Amino acid sequence: MQILSIHNCLGTYLVIGAMLFGFGIYGLVARKTIIGMLIASELILAAASMNFMAFSRFLAPDPAIGQIFTLFIMAIAAAEAAIAISIVIAVYRNYKTINTEDLVDLQG
Amino acid sequence: MQPNICMASIAPSLFSPEGAVGIIFLVTVAMVVVGAVIATSAKRLVRAVAGLALCFTGVAGIYFFLFSSFLAMMQMLIYVGAVSILIAMAIMLAEPEEKDILGMKGSIFAGPLGMFTGFTVFIGLAVLGYKTGWGCSSNSTVTDIKHMGHLLLTSYSMVFELISIVLLISIIGALVLARKGRN
Repeated sequence: MQILSIHNCLGTYLVIGAMLFGFGIYGLVARKTIIGMLIASELILAAASMNFMAFSRFLAPDPAIGQIFTLFIMAIAAAEAAIAISIVIAVYRNYKTINTEDLVDLQG
Repeated sequence: MQPNICMASIAPSLFSPEGAVGIIFLVTVAMVVVGAVIATSAKRLVRAVAGLALCFTGVAGIYFFLFSSFLAMMQMLIYVGAVSILIAMAIMLAEPEEKDILGMKGSIFAGPLGMFTGFTVFIGLAVLGYKTGWGCSSNSTVTDIKHMGHLLLTSYSMVFELISIVLLISIIGALVLARKGRN
């Protein structure tokens, strides 16, 4: 059962990260509400941290560095989610919707 | 460039401890995949957030396989415990109408084109990551949390302080943004 030992392989983690990134791109393009797009962007950030963790586990001379970077990505993602959700709340209060097709006041 | 070689060349049997570890890893990957599918294509946004939480739980398990139990714990705390709950709160406060939830954005091409773009990016990155010979210098030791703490307070202390300032500013900014227009 060769498939049971794929967790020792760098390529596995890179493929998982690429899959998360692809899902994030798809959700960002196809979702109709702002919150759906925010969920997709969280997937993209998770893909980036996954790649950092995989490279620091397999290739970096000091594995702590990639983990510290992932910690920083987590902090940035938390700040980004807080700001984005307060923007969503403000938009909803003014427009009574979070549908992206109705928020076209700045469209030329 | 030699193709990427898996570190473990011997295949474990299904009922050995290594086989159990492999099965747990496969279950974790399945959690990530199913969670990502639900998060991007569920009809209701609440289900999408539940899928996001499932996906992040799987990612925490994968961090555990990458020898970092500390990061797995932080992933559970920050993403599953804080970010998913925050998005769920926002959905409760700003629930979209029933007809707005699913459907293509703008034109009818947005969904298929988005799927095509995501799939192309996935295939490209996966082939790139799998075919490149990255070399073999596997760090097969669990990272010391004490070492990480030393690094955070010595080499990366500047970034550490900056990230706390960014978090503070984002909290104040979120308060200001959400408060404006309220009577």
